[in-house]
Amino acid sequence: MAPEIGHFALVMALMLALLGASVPHIGIHLGNRRLMALADRVAVGLFLMVAISFGCLMYSFVTSDFSVLLVAANSHTAKPMLYKISGVWGNHEGSLMLWILILTVFAAAVSLAGRKLPLHFRARVLSVQCLLAVGFLLFILLTSNPFLRLNPAPAEGNGLNPLLQDPGLAFHPPMLYLGYVGLSVSFSFAVAALIDGEVTPLWARWVRPWTLMAWIFLTGGIALGSWWSYYELGWGGWWFWDPVENASFMPWLAAAALLHSAIVVEKRDALKSWTILLAIVAFSFSLLGTFLVRSGVLTSVHAFAVDPARGIFILIFLAIAIGSSLTLYAWRAPKLVPGGLFGMVSRESALVLNNILLSCFAAVVLVGTLYPLVMEAFNAGQISVGAPFFNYGATVLMSPLIVALGIGPLLAWKRGRLSRAAQIMLPALGVALVAALAVLWHSSGQLIMTAVGLALAAWLIASVFLEVAERTQLFKKPGRFWARAKAIPRASWGMSLAHAGLAVIVLGITISTAWTKEELKLVSPGDTVKVGAYDFRFNGVAPVAGPNYTAVRAFFDVTKNGKKIAKLAPEDRVYAHPMMETTEAAIRPLLTGDLYAVIGQAAGGGKWSVRLYFKPFISGLWTGALMMMLGGLLSLSDRRRRIGAPTGSKAKKPSTKLKEA
Amino acid sequence: MAAPKKSKGLKTRKRQRLVIVSAALIAIVGAIILITFALGGDSLNLYLQPSAVMEKQVPAGKRFRLGGLVATGSFHRDTDGLTYLFTVTDCAVDIPVKFKGLLPDLFREGQGVVTEGRLNKQGVFVAETVLAKHDENYTPPGTAPKNAEACSHPEALSALKKGGR
Repeated sequence: MAPEIGHFALVMALMLALLGASVPHIGIHLGNRRLMALADRVAVGLFLMVAISFGCLMYSFVTSDFSVLLVAANSHTAKPMLYKISGVWGNHEGSLMLWILILTVFAAAVSLAGRKLPLHFRARVLSVQCLLAVGFLLFILLTSNPFLRLNPAPAEGNGLNPLLQDPGLAFHPPMLYLGYVGLSVSFSFAVAALIDGEVTPLWARWVRPWTLMAWIFLTGGIALGSWWSYYELGWGGWWFWDPVENASFMPWLAAAALLHSAIVVEKRDALKSWTILLAIVAFSFSLLGTFLVRSGVLTSVHAFAVDPARGIFILIFLAIAIGSSLTLYAWRAPKLVPGGLFGMVSRESALVLNNILLSCFAAVVLVGTLYPLVMEAFNAGQISVGAPFFNYGATVLMSPLIVALGIGPLLAWKRGRLSRAAQIMLPALGVALVAALAVLWHSSGQLIMTAVGLALAAWLIASVFLEVAERTQLFKKPGRFWARAKAIPRASWGMSLAHAGLAVIVLGITISTAWTKEELKLVSPGDTVKVGAYDFRFNGVAPVAGPNYTAVRAFFDVTKNGKKIAKLAPEDRVYAHPMMETTEAAIRPLLTGDLYAVIGQAAGGGKWSVRLYFKPFISGLWTGALMMMLGGLLSLSDRRRRIGAPTGSKAKKPSTKLKEA
Repeated sequence: MAAPKKSKGLKTRKRQRLVIVSAALIAIVGAIILITFALGGDSLNLYLQPSAVMEKQVPAGKRFRLGGLVATGSFHRDTDGLTYLFTVTDCAVDIPVKFKGLLPDLFREGQGVVTEGRLNKQGVFVAETVLAKHDENYTPPGTAPKNAEACSHPEALSALKKGGR
């Protein structure tokens, strides 16, 4: 019964979405407030319908109802409950259901949290959300129905790909989708503003929290995915420039750029049409990512199904959504009233530089990702664009970004003084130089890129600290530090924390790349392998049984200078449903780095091939990402930026000020 | 509303737009130069099946991706216990492959594999990475031979048919 209810609710949702996509526009045209207000009811109703549908699907998974094709293909009774639930989105149809669920969550959230938006504008935003929902609901109903029945029902299901049976991956897709789809709100705001033909600082103030939220989720989703590949795939890598990873990275870059350019719109009423374009581009990247992952043009662990009809549908949807929004942009953007002026050296210019570099990097990643597809389409043979290309792009484009990032926050709006900023940042430059020289001296000139990376990270951390010190006048009046620190808005603390997070990530990448110690050895029980400063003693293997797998577990004692530090127990698992082997690395994070052990094949005579690593400061990657997210949350919690907070006279203030300027 | 005071730092609107647009253009041109430069090097890997390797006479030391089936009965371990030797085939041409490291969990004889590395002077493909297919429902793209019917490895053929594509 549940699948039929779910299917019916999905069809109802489509009807509501069609209603919501059309009627509000008529209402605005006629000036009929009741028709406009319909958008709110539709948004909530749409969410309820999709939630019912999603709930039915989840119910089928939880109760292991194998008469549903999707459940039979992807679930199994012996699976732990967490993975029965996460199995809902561990497949093509279910992940689309998750996508549409989140889309409607955001539509309902805009309706409920955006009560202070003008009615006609909210109606426009919601109707654009509804239009997107129409596209995705059609896609699900026409090509990817999750509620198809199977007759006769099998007694047991196929099970979920064991690689996906992992806590990291259980939460990775929802997190990432919250980010992807969160950008749809920025998109809807941008399209609504284009239809209205007006972009005001107030608009930027409305759109920023949503963008920030999407960016926080994207950051978390990408970090979780990277963490998963680090410990689950068993070769200690955390980023492969895989097309699917790039698909999540491009919207992140665009969202980061959008966050910064929206500040300029909000504070200075400038860069308006660029910001609108970025909002469209950011969500287009999300759609492109969906296309790349879901259409089957790419094959990877993420590509669940290869069905040409789906690919063509998404391609058409992509073309319509991106094409029409860009056309709207080309038509309406020139009519936007140009905003405030600013000098060459100013906060605005620094943010423009940030935007240029981030967008360029996104473009480079886009070219690298699509190049193989284009070549294949023209029958020029199959090629792959390797990591060196992307690493090169990242180094060349992100280094100036980090340098500018240190100085930017110190420049005044409109007209800054570089000399003042330089004066304050002089110690940071010193710290960076010392870091670089120390590495060069230590490695006798071998590790040039490491020196550069460390210098950049040191520069960024020092400049964030100096910027906070300058704001709080830490050095001039240390006694009043706390009073001043309290007076600084949370958004500024958020910025500092997020920027410091970037520095920690750079530090993690640089140090772990340069000084990772790796040993590939054949060991017998009792053998000791030296990895850097650590001794891994192999104590043999034992069979173990899990809920739906059996495994060989190896035991290692790790010592440093004879002192016991950790026990590691990597596993080689054989899952029963589906029949598949996976490697479970054993990882022990220490303050200075991670101990990492993987067991390979038995080599006969009690010998095993093992791979052992010491990865210094690799946790900086995830710590840094966490700092970025916390920085975003801190900024989001700023009273001034609460969604829809500015009302009446308060909201008018910035815009009137700007007119005077 | 007072007219904006003209000073050194403050330019007219047109001027400002010009500066931003030219900065963006320089950055984009720079990025394109970077791309063409980087694409000329080692970062662009051709993906070849054994027949194509033979056809193109790929020189030793040129990095590329080799894809195909692991020939049945070809897999064995070298004396050091860590190096593996096997043959990648597309049912027309066989290429011996050498790999030192841990093989992926899904590595099997008769199934699809993608390896990345270089040919050495002896014509052995020295692989730096080996990727096996991710699940039983698909073969890595391009590992399925085009002339599967003529395949001289019957077990590989049956695995292929089962795998689809």
